[in-house]
Amino acid sequence: MTDTSAGSTTTINPPATGVGNSVDRPDASAKVLGSFEFSNDLNHERMLWGATIRSPHPSARIVSINVAPALAIPGVAAVVTHHDVPGSPVYGLISHDQPVFASDVVRYQGEPVAAVAADHPDTCRRAMVAVEVVYEVTEPVVDLLTAATAKPVHPDGNVVRRVPIRFGDVDAVGDIVVEGTYEMGMQDQAFMGPESGMAVPAAGDGSIDLYVATQWLHEDRDQVADCLGLARDDVRIHLAGTGGAFGAREDVSFHVHACLLAQHTNRPVKMQYRRDESFLGHVHRHPAHMTYRHHATNDGRLVKVECDIVLDGGAYASSSFAVCGNAARFAAGPYKVPNAVVNASVVRTNNPPCGAMRGFGAVQVCFGHEAQMDKLAAALDMDPLEIRLLNALETGDRLITGQILDGVAPVRECIEAAAAFPLPPISGNDVFDQPGGAGRTADPLAVRRGVGFAVGFKNAAFAEGFVDDTHARCRLENGQVTLWCAAAEVGQGFVTIVRQIAVSTLGTDRVELMRASTADIGSAGSTSASRQTYMSGAAVLKACEEVAEQVRLAIAATHDVAPELVTIEGGRARTIDGRVDVIVADAIADVRFEAELRHMHRETYPLDEETGQGDCDVTWIFAAHRAVVDVDVELGLVKVVEVTTGQDVGVALNPLHVIGQIEGGISQGVGLAVMEEIITDVGLVRNPSFTDYLLPTMVDMPDVRITLIEQPEEGGPFGAKGVGETPSLSSTPAVAAAVRAATGLELTRVPIKPQDIALG
Amino acid sequence: MTVSMPSSVDETLRLLSDDPAATILAGGTDAMVEINYEHRRPASVVSLRRVNELATWSIDGGTVRLGATVPYVEIMNSELAAASPGLAQASRTVGSSQIRNTGTVGGNLATGSPAGDTIPVLAALDAIVEIASVRGIREVAVVDLIVGVKRTVLEPDELIVAIRFPVASGPQEFLKIGPRNAMVISVASCALVINQAERSVACALGSVSPAPLRCGDAEEFAAANIDWTSDGIRITDPRTLETFGSMVADAASPIDDHRSTAAYRKHGIAVMARRALTRATTS
Amino acid sequence: MTSTDTGHTYRLNVNGSDRVVDGSWLGESLLYVLRERLGLPGTKNACEQGECGACSVLIDGVLVCSCLELAAAAVGTDIVTVEGIGNAGPTDGNGLTDVQRAFVTEGAVQCGFCTPGLIVAVHDLLDDNPEPSRSETHEALAGHLCRCTGYGRIEAAVEHVIEIRRD
Repeated sequence: MTDTSAGSTTTINPPATGVGNSVDRPDASAKVLGSFEFSNDLNHERMLWGATIRSPHPSARIVSINVAPALAIPGVAAVVTHHDVPGSPVYGLISHDQPVFASDVVRYQGEPVAAVAADHPDTCRRAMVAVEVVYEVTEPVVDLLTAATAKPVHPDGNVVRRVPIRFGDVDAVGDIVVEGTYEMGMQDQAFMGPESGMAVPAAGDGSIDLYVATQWLHEDRDQVADCLGLARDDVRIHLAGTGGAFGAREDVSFHVHACLLAQHTNRPVKMQYRRDESFLGHVHRHPAHMTYRHHATNDGRLVKVECDIVLDGGAYASSSFAVCGNAARFAAGPYKVPNAVVNASVVRTNNPPCGAMRGFGAVQVCFGHEAQMDKLAAALDMDPLEIRLLNALETGDRLITGQILDGVAPVRECIEAAAAFPLPPISGNDVFDQPGGAGRTADPLAVRRGVGFAVGFKNAAFAEGFVDDTHARCRLENGQVTLWCAAAEVGQGFVTIVRQIAVSTLGTDRVELMRASTADIGSAGSTSASRQTYMSGAAVLKACEEVAEQVRLAIAATHDVAPELVTIEGGRARTIDGRVDVIVADAIADVRFEAELRHMHRETYPLDEETGQGDCDVTWIFAAHRAVVDVDVELGLVKVVEVTTGQDVGVALNPLHVIGQIEGGISQGVGLAVMEEIITDVGLVRNPSFTDYLLPTMVDMPDVRITLIEQPEEGGPFGAKGVGETPSLSSTPAVAAAVRAATGLELTRVPIKPQDIALG
Repeated sequence: MTVSMPSSVDETLRLLSDDPAATILAGGTDAMVEINYEHRRPASVVSLRRVNELATWSIDGGTVRLGATVPYVEIMNSELAAASPGLAQASRTVGSSQIRNTGTVGGNLATGSPAGDTIPVLAALDAIVEIASVRGIREVAVVDLIVGVKRTVLEPDELIVAIRFPVASGPQEFLKIGPRNAMVISVASCALVINQAERSVACALGSVSPAPLRCGDAEEFAAANIDWTSDGIRITDPRTLETFGSMVADAASPIDDHRSTAAYRKHGIAVMARRALTRATTS
Repeated sequence: MTSTDTGHTYRLNVNGSDRVVDGSWLGESLLYVLRERLGLPGTKNACEQGECGACSVLIDGVLVCSCLELAAAAVGTDIVTVEGIGNAGPTDGNGLTDVQRAFVTEGAVQCGFCTPGLIVAVHDLLDDNPEPSRSETHEALAGHLCRCTGYGRIEAAVEHVIEIRRD
């Protein structure tokens, strides 16, 4: 039925798989069949297994390392330590402060000290025990509030960054003032597919290929190449099937270790973290301590927000610099705030390193500012919804950084949408509808219902002048579209929407997206900051449009019509006289059309170091959440019954998968509200397992009702904004507010534990 | 390393006699975690998969005899559930479907964790554990089997073959607190078994002591304050329920750990015990 | 320190085929053997302690965590993995069962790491109980951690299969 001959006049409609449709994931069939290759499914007949030897102490001097007993074990092929790192001994996302292997001191429990390659994972484990590391244990710095003045954890000092914001009249005083101190525990990304991949040394030339589950291939490549002392082109990073990320794969983990072992043995080396190691082997969400003072007029208008924020960055900087910037910039929430005094800092301790996680600094402060808005509403005897609507940000308002909010800002619409759903009925008697669930603890007489509300916002894409670019290439040849882009697919659905974009521009679903690789194209930037649809989606769109333009010109030439008489729209090319009306991709045979480009968003600027003022953001994303909970107030057990949301998405390119993102983000927000926390005890992680780090199960997940607020955003492909982080911002504070409403308790810390309620 | 797969109890006992250091593998839900995480590196494993006689149960007169490797799922979904509603409820709180499909009461006892979900119910039932070796069979009460955190009186060559306890003759309750609504290790649990025929009350606790814990004073108090009638049991004075809860909590000796605090555990025990007795005396 | 003793050979019946496991250390879990020795990596390893469900397989028709099964002690059983779950019943042109197809079309798959375990478990659930209540579905699948979806679309997929099987 498809006529691909040049100059065809056959009228064919493009397939209904373009943007706006809930198209199936292209990798879904392989994933349900079990044939999708994840990073730990990689195999090679000459492969060795690698494993990492880690510090059991959060703070210690290394007296000696003796690898000889491990090397003596049959089957052990190599043991490498800091002596074997040929290039930079340190790496890191923003500052290079983290050793590939600790040499003189260890600064957190789980810090890599050595790595081993052997013929079997069990041989690795024997070798790990056999490596003799003598430590002299030192007192760890673990308290975030005193860390800034404690003994230095690192030569770079204990304050990674301070961000002051001074906006408007810093001495302004409101008619009414409410204060509160809030804390957030350390959340883990807890992706399902542990860190894994394989390093394969190339024959002869010293270069190396690393297949790895990651969020940002080119950044990995640069860091790995520097540590290996290789030219960047001599390290090729290829995306391996990635089992979730949520921020935890933005930092390098085993990458350099695997490459070193591969180089030393001249064999492919596969590494995969076990779950306990994964908990120690990646960064977490920063724990936060926040003190707020909100000033308002008697009629509920915000006058000033004062806020002191301290984030615990753990032993190494990772992305703490940027997380702290976010915490400061979004500290006042999505409200009209004429005056603000914010002091945010991120400190270094001997706790586990913290870095990127979904929501990136904005999650912590959202818990604080939303608790404050409820407190303010209570003090003014206002409805929590009313006070939020009264102060809601709108396009054209000035943020506390002084920047004009010039993007789409449907804060009011989000709030109204979340509130518009009817409240759920009283729960039934089934044990799984009751707080306590399977434990059958609930007494209906002790169960109280609570409803809570929260609103959140953050930026999308990189801010503060960070270079934020992405590359895409589109090739069209005989009806087949091939796309290159190094954006890491981590589960979010980029692979789906780029095909939809190609369908909508070139009219065909014969689209192949090549595996992301540093060998084939420039950086796409990180799969983080809700930026890949907005950024790389836009790059792919532009590349496809350039190809369509080439086709348009070719049609004009082939049919001898003026180019302006050929139009391209919705994947179809037409001449004005109707002689030609074809799918763009099928218009011209036997010619290769190709376009490659680099896409950047508008320029952003650093924050002023004294005042925190500056046009530092590109675009903003908003959501509101309403949570309904049932609480057994005597036992402190919580059943989150329902979460409703209105979320600003720009335009939903794939509504079903936007819903999937939102539901997933809410589940992480619910987890943070009532169960998820990495518990440390003097720097030691007490619960590095799914036995004790609890994620919500299907039984714990509330019903979710969603309204997508669609207002096209300029700069996004087809008006789309990022959607990944927004659901994680205000879902946690909404649940916390609902638990407060049910219990009458202040509950200033999340996750809320049963004892906080029962003994509160 | 060796793996043996005997097909009878006798064969199993001979293997254990020859190699007392062998790891006994029943459902694997504890032992395999230890092997996967190299907390245990056995030189030999004796799998009970083919020892069918261990996976059977019977109800004879007023006594249930539960083979050691009957999985939790069968306790929940067979006549055993009516014969022992408390044990069925405890079984339902164990792990996930997968764990309940394979995990066994014999394994729960042999591991002897303070958080073992079925242990409080068995303790309240005065369950007797049949322990076999080539030297013969001995019987030990559940409360005497487990003597500390994951410490039992089992000799290395011994095998738990069955657990015996009376068929329910009155209400039974099992309540368990966990910070997640399914698939969670117990923060504290409470089993209540009321024997109407004998006019006795038994209460045992989980996760609040190193070894199984009965609450003798509270049990006697409850038995003395229950209005025992032929058509059911009642408690007329609501203060009795409150006092019972407090007395049960007094028996607990919980600790602070990463899962909870001692104070909360004690509080939770008082609430659960009160609710358990309330349910038992109002249904 | 001795090396790991990897000299053992035994046979397993997996997805209806008699498979030889060669050069094995007997401490290996069934999960490891499926993935690393038998070329069946569809069964996923996310925790290796029975807390996530990603490694779910059927042994003699019973849903289990393959990480908690000693492979060498699974000799003589019938093992079905995600790769063989479609062998027993009808599949579509792409080889997908009704459960697999529903996961695709209902958006139940994101990163997909939990998916194979869920596919096996949902088949097991619906083959036993064709019309589970919502609560029964939740209880049956509570052992499967999914970090991407929040379970909403997974539940929708289950409901979709219940419906099409009803017709």
